[in-house]
Amino acid sequence: MFDAKQLRADFPVLVNNPDLVYLDSAATSLKPTPVLAAVAEYYEQYTANIKRGIYKASMKATEEYERSRDAVCQLIGASRDEIIFTRNTTEGLNLVMYALGTNIIEPGDEIVTTIMEHHSNFVPWQQLAIQNGADLKIMGITSTGGLDIYDSHSGGVTLGGIVTKKTKILALTHVSNVLGTINPIKDIIASARRINPAIVVVVDGAQAVQHLSVDVRDLDCDFYAFSSHKMYGPTGVGVLYGKKARLEAMPPFQYGGEMIQEVHLDHTLFAELPEKFEAGTPAIAEIIGLRHAVEYLRSLASQDAELHTKRLLSQLHEQITALSTDRLTVLSNTNLEENVGVFTFSIEGAHPHDIASILDESNISVRAGHHCAMPLHNQLNKAASTRVSLGVYNTVSDIEAFINGLQKVLNIFS
Amino acid sequence: MYKEIILDLYKNPRNFRALSNKTHSQRLYNPLCGDDITIDLLVDKADVIQEVGFVGESCAICRASASLLTDYIKGKKRSELVQLNAGFMQDLMGIEISAGRVKCLLLPLEVLKKML
Repeated sequence: MFDAKQLRADFPVLVNNPDLVYLDSAATSLKPTPVLAAVAEYYEQYTANIKRGIYKASMKATEEYERSRDAVCQLIGASRDEIIFTRNTTEGLNLVMYALGTNIIEPGDEIVTTIMEHHSNFVPWQQLAIQNGADLKIMGITSTGGLDIYDSHSGGVTLGGIVTKKTKILALTHVSNVLGTINPIKDIIASARRINPAIVVVVDGAQAVQHLSVDVRDLDCDFYAFSSHKMYGPTGVGVLYGKKARLEAMPPFQYGGEMIQEVHLDHTLFAELPEKFEAGTPAIAEIIGLRHAVEYLRSLASQDAELHTKRLLSQLHEQITALSTDRLTVLSNTNLEENVGVFTFSIEGAHPHDIASILDESNISVRAGHHCAMPLHNQLNKAASTRVSLGVYNTVSDIEAFINGLQKVLNIFS
Repeated sequence: MYKEIILDLYKNPRNFRALSNKTHSQRLYNPLCGDDITIDLLVDKADVIQEVGFVGESCAICRASASLLTDYIKGKKRSELVQLNAGFMQDLMGIEISAGRVKCLLLPLEVLKKML
């Protein structure tokens, strides 16, 4: 039986700050002790660079590093040569844009994305479209915060209005960082491939892997990018999954150490996958820490921790309704079945930065701003908003503290 | 941060109007939070600010800061205002501004500096 109160003992930040109400897990999650211990152990017990060393510490570091790759493979159902360690989701998406996008997009081609993308999965494609003379087409959203892709008769996903045979790349997020919306990625990809079987599908999984069980083969995406630090792991590490055939056909993204087989004066033979895309010394300690985050995540999944987060989100909505104020507008997905645990809102007469500052006076951490989603905020007709995002360590008392804080905001800006 | 004076200036901002007879006007927008401030000046031949007004959507800190700054600069020569800095704005507000909100505090001064 999942017990969030007990789980909080695993997170030193919560233990060291008992008054903290942390409601910003979509920005970065807190890290459990096993992750921190693994990072410290590398620095305190066997610091060494990986791959080249013939001495014990280097071999141990290499082994631990590769164990993380195995753990990620198991987590998302990929094979070892399809998993590339990057700095973060942003770098993974840029890797695909530079190494694949710039080589396949020609004038008159189409790239399709959505209005709910984080800038990291929007700006690269927008810039590629501008530079290579392609059309950028954007899927819209409905009033409840889902993608506007459902056929009004059958209720099924249909991309007939937006994806065409000229669409070479479809880039979209699995879960929206502002709306909390879980997109039906599998159905979307199937629908896109019915129109154009060769379409390259790039999925931003930064807000998904910590909440959903992801199987990249089942989804049938070409690329899937995510970040360690949002899934209870260290900062500075990202993962890019790519279908083997795609990765093999792509030139390297960065040149340097680790990614070569032979270097001659006039030419270079590149390393095989995945090293071909891992130039330079990576974030060794953090990547080693990532395996422990993956294991933590798997143990959470086996305890149905997501049910806990869903319950908290619905309690939050009930208490917001009980406030019975007409000044608060909910911007996140109100169909809670398709929301991972994000509550984004605005209050008439109170600026998001003021809301966040007043909540911070009660040690409540929320996010205020456009959350790297300006196109979405323009669509919602808001310059900025305030966002609560839940993690497995949040409790009913966190929700109560937030509601009390919100009442304070409403009183101050009455 | 949210002392009575700040909230009062937010709800009842001073010099909160566009000038019809302005000689200078500048706008700045902070896309991070949506603070949006335009300051209008009426400057006479002796370089003295005869009238000042500001408009725009912004948070309480930014709007209070713009209220106090526009009050302060009225009747002063533009050349006297060049040395105004972040420390001056902190003193003018008379409250501690957290690091995350310093941008909100300084946006009105940035707008003014574009017209000096």
